Amino acid sequence: MIYIISLFSGLVFGLGLIISGMTNPAKVIGFLDVTGFWDPSLGFVMLGAISVAYFSSKIAKKRKLTYTGLPILLPKANMIDSRLIIGSAIFGTGWGLAGYCPGPGITSILTGKIEPILFVIAMVSGMVIYEVLESLKARY
Amino acid sequence: MINWTEATPINSLVGGILIGVAVSILILFNGKVAGISGILGGVIKLKAEDIGWRLLFLLGLLVSPVIYSIFFALPKVNFESGHWTVLTAGLLVGLGTRYGSGCTSGHGICGISRLSIRSLVATMTFMLAGVVTVFITHHLI
Repeated sequence: MIYIISLFSGLVFGLGLIISGMTNPAKVIGFLDVTGFWDPSLGFVMLGAISVAYFSSKIAKKRKLTYTGLPILLPKANMIDSRLIIGSAIFGTGWGLAGYCPGPGITSILTGKIEPILFVIAMVSGMVIYEVLESLKARY
Repeated sequence: MINWTEATPINSLVGGILIGVAVSILILFNGKVAGISGILGGVIKLKAEDIGWRLLFLLGLLVSPVIYSIFFALPKVNFESGHWTVLTAGLLVGLGTRYGSGCTSGHGICGISRLSIRSLVATMTFMLAGVVTVFITHHLI
């Protein structure tokens, strides 16, 4: 059951990204280009997504178990430290460079374009480098 | 100036609502947060007991354009950046989202909808970094 729900959630998420126009990097860059010819579309995506997720988050915060009896795992971290700020700044720089964040990148792999494939290979490499650096840090 | 000829408020709002529905399904039925970088990052850790649901969520993302294209034509996509820029961007996104524990979905949608200050700060940080980057690449260089 957990697998069918995951697959379905990923599918709906991907369809949402396609319908909202967010698989088009030019639209994302258009949103970030606030001093140019600004495309507010990404703001509408956030508005739509947050207004729905606000209610499920409220329910999730009150419950300990899901409707299927599984534990609800909400992030507990609340610290605002240099890792959060520096990491987010590095992510934002990459996001602005190509107009891709992880979701639209992965969703675009099978659309027959080379760019999303290159992007995801590089992104996975970045994540592997992170794991290697973290395991080295833990060792020394 | 607002670019109303390129803006797609209705489609973007509808797509956003679908993303909100996907996020809600995952938290209320599986108990998991739909942060894409976190889901992918967890696959890379290769922990056998925790990998199945992650792979299936990612499979859902992968096949979504295939299913969409059965019914409608996929929206057109414009790339402004060259291959080396895309590779550099991917590397930065991979590293940054793991250090910052999240991306547009995990912090921007899931975190903000939980009213997490940490996620709000992360979202403002990556948006500001994105705005500065686009200003440099589109107006300075």
